[in-house]
Amino acid sequence: MNFVAPVINYSQVLPILIVLGTALLGVIVEAFVARDRRYQIQVPLSIAGLVVAFVWILKIHATTAITAESAVAIDGPALVLQGAIVILGIAGLLLIAERKLDSSGDAFVAQAAAIPGSEAERTATLAKLTQTEVFPLTLFAIAGMMLFPAANDLVTMFVALEVLSLPLYLMSGLARRRRLLSQEAALKYFLLGAFSSAFFLYGAAFLYGYSGSVGFRQIREAIQTNAGNDVFLLTGIALVSVGLLFKVSAVPFHSWTPDVYQGAPTPVTAFMAACTKIAAFGAFARLFYVGLSGARWDWRPMLTVIAIATMVLGALWALTQTDIKRMLAYSSVAHSGFILTGIVATNKAGLSGTLFYLVTYGFTTIGAFAIVTLVRNASGEATHISGYAGLGKRSPWIAMLLSLFLLALAGIPLTSGFVAKFAVFSAAYESGSTVLVIFGVLTSAIAAFFYIRLIVLMFFQDPEEDGPTVAAAPLMTTAAIALCATVTLVLGILPNSLVHVIDAASRFVF
Amino acid sequence: MNLYVPILTIGAIGFGFAAFSIVAAAVTGPKRYNRAKLDAYECGIEPSPQAAGGGRFPIKYFLTAMLFIVFDIEIVFLYPWAVSFDQMGLFGLVEMLLFIGTVFVAYAYVWRRGGLEWD
Amino acid sequence: MEATHALASGTSSLLVWLIALPALGATILLLAGRRSDKWGHLLATALSGASFVVGLVELFKMLSRDGETRGVSQHLFTWINAGSFNVEAGLLLDQLSICFVLLITGVGTLIHVYSIAYMEHDHDRRRFFSYLNLFIAAMLLLVLGDSFLNLYVGWEGVGLASYLLIGFWNQKPAYATAAKKAFVVNRIGDMGLSFAIMIAFTAFGTVSFQGVANHAGPEHKQIMTWMGLALLLAAAGKSAQFPLQSWLGDAMAGPTPVSALIHAATMVTAGVYLITRSNFVFDSAPTAQLMVVIVGVVTLLFGALIGTAKDDIKKALAASTMSQIGYMVLAAGLGPAGYAFAIMHLLTHGFFKASMFLGAGSVMHGMNDEVDMRKFGRLRLAMPITYITFGLGYLAIIGVPPFSGFFSKDKIIEAAFNAGGPRGWIIGFAALLGAAITAFYMTRVMVLTFFGQKRWADEAHPHESPKLMTAPIIILSIGSIAAGALFAFGSSLQHWLEPVVARGFVEGEPALQPIVVSIMALVAVALGVALAYIKYVRVPVEAVAPTNVSIWTRFARRDLLQDAFNEAVFMRPGQYLTRALSFFDRKVVDGAVNGTGALFGGLSVRVRRVQTGYVRTYALLILVGAALILAAMLAARI
Repeated sequence: MNFVAPVINYSQVLPILIVLGTALLGVIVEAFVARDRRYQIQVPLSIAGLVVAFVWILKIHATTAITAESAVAIDGPALVLQGAIVILGIAGLLLIAERKLDSSGDAFVAQAAAIPGSEAERTATLAKLTQTEVFPLTLFAIAGMMLFPAANDLVTMFVALEVLSLPLYLMSGLARRRRLLSQEAALKYFLLGAFSSAFFLYGAAFLYGYSGSVGFRQIREAIQTNAGNDVFLLTGIALVSVGLLFKVSAVPFHSWTPDVYQGAPTPVTAFMAACTKIAAFGAFARLFYVGLSGARWDWRPMLTVIAIATMVLGALWALTQTDIKRMLAYSSVAHSGFILTGIVATNKAGLSGTLFYLVTYGFTTIGAFAIVTLVRNASGEATHISGYAGLGKRSPWIAMLLSLFLLALAGIPLTSGFVAKFAVFSAAYESGSTVLVIFGVLTSAIAAFFYIRLIVLMFFQDPEEDGPTVAAAPLMTTAAIALCATVTLVLGILPNSLVHVIDAASRFVF
Repeated sequence: MNLYVPILTIGAIGFGFAAFSIVAAAVTGPKRYNRAKLDAYECGIEPSPQAAGGGRFPIKYFLTAMLFIVFDIEIVFLYPWAVSFDQMGLFGLVEMLLFIGTVFVAYAYVWRRGGLEWD
Repeated sequence: MEATHALASGTSSLLVWLIALPALGATILLLAGRRSDKWGHLLATALSGASFVVGLVELFKMLSRDGETRGVSQHLFTWINAGSFNVEAGLLLDQLSICFVLLITGVGTLIHVYSIAYMEHDHDRRRFFSYLNLFIAAMLLLVLGDSFLNLYVGWEGVGLASYLLIGFWNQKPAYATAAKKAFVVNRIGDMGLSFAIMIAFTAFGTVSFQGVANHAGPEHKQIMTWMGLALLLAAAGKSAQFPLQSWLGDAMAGPTPVSALIHAATMVTAGVYLITRSNFVFDSAPTAQLMVVIVGVVTLLFGALIGTAKDDIKKALAASTMSQIGYMVLAAGLGPAGYAFAIMHLLTHGFFKASMFLGAGSVMHGMNDEVDMRKFGRLRLAMPITYITFGLGYLAIIGVPPFSGFFSKDKIIEAAFNAGGPRGWIIGFAALLGAAITAFYMTRVMVLTFFGQKRWADEAHPHESPKLMTAPIIILSIGSIAAGALFAFGSSLQHWLEPVVARGFVEGEPALQPIVVSIMALVAVALGVALAYIKYVRVPVEAVAPTNVSIWTRFARRDLLQDAFNEAVFMRPGQYLTRALSFFDRKVVDGAVNGTGALFGGLSVRVRRVQTGYVRTYALLILVGAALILAAMLAARI
């Protein structure tokens, strides 16, 4: 048997490699640079790596190719999502790097291994230790996220899934304040993530059993020629879906979302809420539009039911939340339902609507969480909703920006969220899923209540006596918020340019 | 259907063996309970008394286990390459160097940050 | 409604300036901050005036064209273009919208002038003017938008400006509460509009007026009915119609010029505009049309009854606004026979109600911001100009010929009788009854304020307001004298609007001769005035509201229990449900939750119990979910 070296077009996967390489450099910095200089090197290094990756994505924006022995597909959807992930990654990194907000340093624990409440923890905190490992970890997660929607076979997809998940499990447990909550969140996320990964792998095995390959094109062809045992195919689809639906937090696989979003350090929550969703839905779309498109009459009813359950239950749950991070978590569940509406459409409009939704949702979410980091009291962030009463009087700018993000999440016209909702609903309508559209519209109305309730609270309620104060937004957080607000507003008023870019890009290669 | 017969047979044998072992041990084994038998199993070392914090192990054990896995995996990849490196040529060499280099970064980190010091 | 007609036949590049000028003013004033304190109000007034001039230019251009080709449009940019879904941001100026443009910019500019003096001592005057300009821009966008979606943007914009202005003095908690109430009630209405947009889009794939109009007709009766009901909900919220009327009275917390501009002349009439603009929807949906009529009749009586018991001059006027808009909604519900009269009453009402509100403001200005009419009396001697202008408004609103209200209201009553059958008689007499009650309570306002004995507090020194305030009132009262005759003469407004709202409509044989209706209306008015004369002129008025009054008066003083009703019907059951269903009664942020929220909140608490916090429960949930998916997929195949 002769060995033939695999063909890899390095230019096409370079953005991923750049981010990975930067992450490795980050680890080396951790190893060899003096403790007090690491932060000054890590922040510019990470951001530079991401910027270079983004520039390269722009350079290869017209690529449509399958490379690395058909393990990776670089095409319009992949590049759009990679670009979005990188830009949002920069915004997330800016929040993670913020050190002006917490009087005792950044949002991360001084020494992760120290037991909460122990002497060692106190010593580490007093010594002003910081964990700069969080920067390479973020970059590893970003690299995994970039690979996830480009993965063109089940094994690569699984590897990408793990590469993006493992750093996130770790980062969730690094909160400086309320450490037990944070560690509990990390452990829950890890256990349930592993559990659902097992489902994914099991499903992948079934799909391999059905088609004799893990490649999406081979699976597609097997379905077209009806080559295997249908039970294997259906079982495979069901189990693989479980793994992916877990990542996008669809009901009933969402239960980790509120606990993890609440427990994780808010900058990490912001980053993962936005970027994980984008990556996971990108992978979801590629698998179902490319690999499994021939079996759409089998999986569409299943996904329709899940989309409805996710929208409705997510919105209902969000209504009674009294913690803003949990509320945003449930809102993210509800949004998964809306995005699934676009996936279920299984037409070109559905794909472009989904992509547009993901991009806009990412910016809105990071923006909203960024503002959560600013509202603080003596013990850190004040996440109870009552703390937001009267915010409009004390800090009108912050309240207005949060209102903008909330309105965008609610899908009010002149914000990006409205255009996105319309795009996915119209795609679903076009594909004949009228039930889904009706549920979507009704749920949007329910969901609008809890977003607007918060706005009412901010503007029409008197502040609490000893309520939280709003920190004067420092430079990096301001930059992230400004970026998100600008995108949200511009895509609401003039969505056309992005709509066109995404429309042109909405074609999977296979 | 006969495609599945061997699989089912293996399954049956496996289940049967497990059931047999447990039942046989319970029926035939001597039942002498003493301190050593009831203690936690800790790789042959003397089990330490419960720590105040709820029986936590020092993180060192965990670190060592993790480091072992890192290098174990490296060997898993190195071994097949070593067997057939002549066929894989330059490509194989470069890939393997990249791989070792990456693992080396992890090693350097562990080493510099004191992960290899026991105390 | 067979004709596929073009709403606009030409283009005009000027339209955008109508909106851009006041929007520019709002932006400059907000951005410049305190630096513009000195000249901000002048700039705002000038820009509002400039917008009015542009409106006039457009009017003359429009007059130079023929009936069917008078509408012009301006394409601004392609808002959303996503394959099948296409929304253009465009403006449409036709015979209907030009009426509104002139009303908004004209009355708006006068109120700007008035406010310069009225708000002189307020250190936030500049902010007030930037909000006023913002309101003008949003309101113009509302009436100029060429699709439901563009209208919606303006709709939300005027809502925003309205909350900002109601809560302008938000240091007083009661005022902030009023703003909140307006906000919540309006959201319910706004949801109606968004539903209508969604329905139009899902059914027809378009949200432009033109696009939806092309689909109008009996074959889409069902869709049009739903859409019509959703639009009616929207109109009820914005125009304070039953059952969403409760916010208007409280909205009087805002500065008086705001009450005059937003809560009397322009914004609250947006619902009437919406119904008239969507005439193609309602004409294909008789059920929705009937609902419109019912809402209009109920509100016109409801508002009038509340008006009889209010001692606060602004609240009495607010109740009357509600009632007069009820007349307009009623007329709009009558279809092509009534649209023109709805708009006619809207325009005349805009003049006389604005002038009365400004008059009320002038009275308050001279009476140390006192609003209780029982503490007024005999003010006609102290402030003669206010007295005369308010009196002219009074004659107009009760419908004394030849003042403007007579023509417009008379036409509506006539159209109501002509609706045919028993329905026509019922709504016709309801409208007559409303006219009588209006005459009663407006006479009461007039007598209590300007006649009778002095009942002032000792420290009050009533004096006439400065010229800057009286001049706008005088101009407006000229409108309340002449506008009605101008519009009614030779049915000029009716013919003007015909190409937009009543194409091919032929008037049937009237049920009653117009002259008979006019006489009946005048008799009703005379009865109302006479009753008020007996009650308030013959018997001296007490300075403190008597408490030993009949149950009916108490009922009316409490706004016919509308708040109690809202609380009992919407809030309480929701709250009880929440409590009953909740295991661990964690309170939802109180005060912010409203009825519907609480209802769903109850459901929500129930589903929240799944969220135990235990990993094992979560894992079980995942397992069960996976099993269900697997079973469902396999079962579907078998």
